[in-house]
Amino acid sequence: MLLIPCPWCGPRDEAEFHYGGQAHVAYPDDPAALSDTEWARYLFFRDNPKGPFAERWNHTAACRRWFNVVRDTATNEIHAVYRTGETRPVSA
Amino acid sequence: MSTDELPEHPDRLWNSPEPKSSYDVVIVGGGGHGLATAYYLAKNHGITDIAVLEKGWLAGGNMARNTTIIRSNYLWDESAGIYEHSLKLWEGLEEDLGYPILFSQRGVLNLAHSMQDVRESVRRVNANRLNGVDAEWLGPEEVKEVCPIVNVSPDVRYPVLGATYQPRAGIAKHDYVAWGFARAAAAMGVDLIEHCEVTGIDVVDGRVRAVQTTGGRIAAGKVALCAAGHSSVVGRMAGVELPVQSHPLQALVSELLEPVHPTVVMSNAVHVYVSQAHKGELVMGAGIDAYTSYRQRGAFHIIEQQMAAALELFPVFARAHVLRTWGGVVDVSPDASPVVGLTPVDELYVNCGWGTGGFKATPGVGWCYAHTIAHGEPHPLNAAFSLERFTTGALVDEHGAAAVAH
Repeated sequence: MLLIPCPWCGPRDEAEFHYGGQAHVAYPDDPAALSDTEWARYLFFRDNPKGPFAERWNHTAACRRWFNVVRDTATNEIHAVYRTGETRPVSA
Repeated sequence: MSTDELPEHPDRLWNSPEPKSSYDVVIVGGGGHGLATAYYLAKNHGITDIAVLEKGWLAGGNMARNTTIIRSNYLWDESAGIYEHSLKLWEGLEEDLGYPILFSQRGVLNLAHSMQDVRESVRRVNANRLNGVDAEWLGPEEVKEVCPIVNVSPDVRYPVLGATYQPRAGIAKHDYVAWGFARAAAAMGVDLIEHCEVTGIDVVDGRVRAVQTTGGRIAAGKVALCAAGHSSVVGRMAGVELPVQSHPLQALVSELLEPVHPTVVMSNAVHVYVSQAHKGELVMGAGIDAYTSYRQRGAFHIIEQQMAAALELFPVFARAHVLRTWGGVVDVSPDASPVVGLTPVDELYVNCGWGTGGFKATPGVGWCYAHTIAHGEPHPLNAAFSLERFTTGALVDEHGAAAVAH
C-alpha cells in the first residue's frame, strides 16, 4: 500500500487515488505529420523502467487534481512529488 | 484427491551444468514458457544445443505465483487458436512428458452479473463454438448445479444472471508442470542454468551475438526472450522497446478445506476467481494493481475488494482463513494479448505480454515459439501476435475475454 503525498492534501492512502500512467507524454504537435510508427509509439509504447519512473496520479477521493510523482518501481519508494506543469526534479 | 495420493519425487529431476561458452539457442527466463520452449525446440525441431538461463531458481517467478487456471474460451479467432492449441496439448501433456501434472478438467464458469455481461457472454459462447471450443451458456439454476456453493440469489448487489461454461477447462499443478518440462528438456540435452542473470545482450550489425551474464559471456546463434514481467528490462539491453507495462498481480490461498468447490469460478464484474487446489486450499485471484511496479507484492485494498466479492458469491467462505498472499509481476500489453515473434534485431525473438493469462498458454506458446525460433518466422498460430501489430493497427483486442481487469 502506497502512502502518496498529494501536493494539495498531504500524505494519503493509495486507495484515494487513481493511477494515470507515465507523466510528460505530450500530445503530438502536428498529428497529421506522424508516420504509422510514430503513432504507434505515441499510442502504445510507454517507458517501463525498473527504477525511477515519472508518473501521474489523480487524488480522486479528495481534491480531484492531477499531479506527478517520481517513484522507484523496484522499491516503490517515492522520490519526488510535483504539480502538473512543473519540471521533473533533476535530483530524482 | 487426498495428499497421500500425491506422487513422490526423485532426488534430482535435472542436472545443473556450468554454462558453456556458446549455444545454438539461449533462452532468457527459466519459467514455464522458457522451459516449454526448450522442450519443444528439442522434441519438435531437433535443436538440443540450448541453454535456459534463469536469474533465480527454475520456475520461481510467475510460474510459482499463478492461480493455475487453464481455459481456451477467448473471443477472437487468433486467441482461440493459440489457447485451444494449448488446451489440446494440456490434455496429452502428462503422457507426453512422462510426468504427473495433476491436470484436472473440472470446468470453468465465467459469471455474468448484468445484461451487458449476459450479451457479451452469449456472444463469446457462440464465437467459441464457431472456433471448435466447447462452450455453453448456463442460467443461474444451472450454475448452481455445476457449483452448488455459488450464491444465485437475486437479492444481492450483483446477482448472478448466468455464466459461460467450458467443461474442458480446469487446473494443473503448476510446480509439477515446470518440473515435468525441465526434466524432459534436460533429458534431451538442454542445459538448465539457475542463478545466472542476463546483464547485457550483444548486438553487432543488427544481429544478436551473445548474452552477458553474471556467469560470463555466452555466445548464441539465437536468443529467445521469455522474461515475463522483466521483458522490458531485457528487451532494452538489445535496444528493443516493447509495448508492455509491468504490474503486480496478487493471489492468495485459504487454509486447507474439505472438497467444497468442484469447478473454477471467475467473475470479471465483481472481480474474483476461485478454484480449490488438489490439496484443499481455496486459490483466489483478482485484478492487477493499477500502478506499474516490479515489486512482487501489491496493495492490501485489492485483497479486501477481492475478498468482499468472494464472500458475496460464496457465503460459505465466511469462516475460512487466509493462509498466505503473494504477488507476481505481469507484463500487460495495450490489447491484452501477447507479443510472440520476431524483433527488429535478427535472431532475437520475443515472447511477452501475456499479462495475467500466461500459465494456461504454457505448452501452446512453447510449441509455437519453438517453431518461430527454429524457422525464423512465426508459426501460423502466433503470426497475429507480432510486434508489428501495434504499427499496422491489427490489434487482437482481447480485454473482454481476458477475465482479469488490465
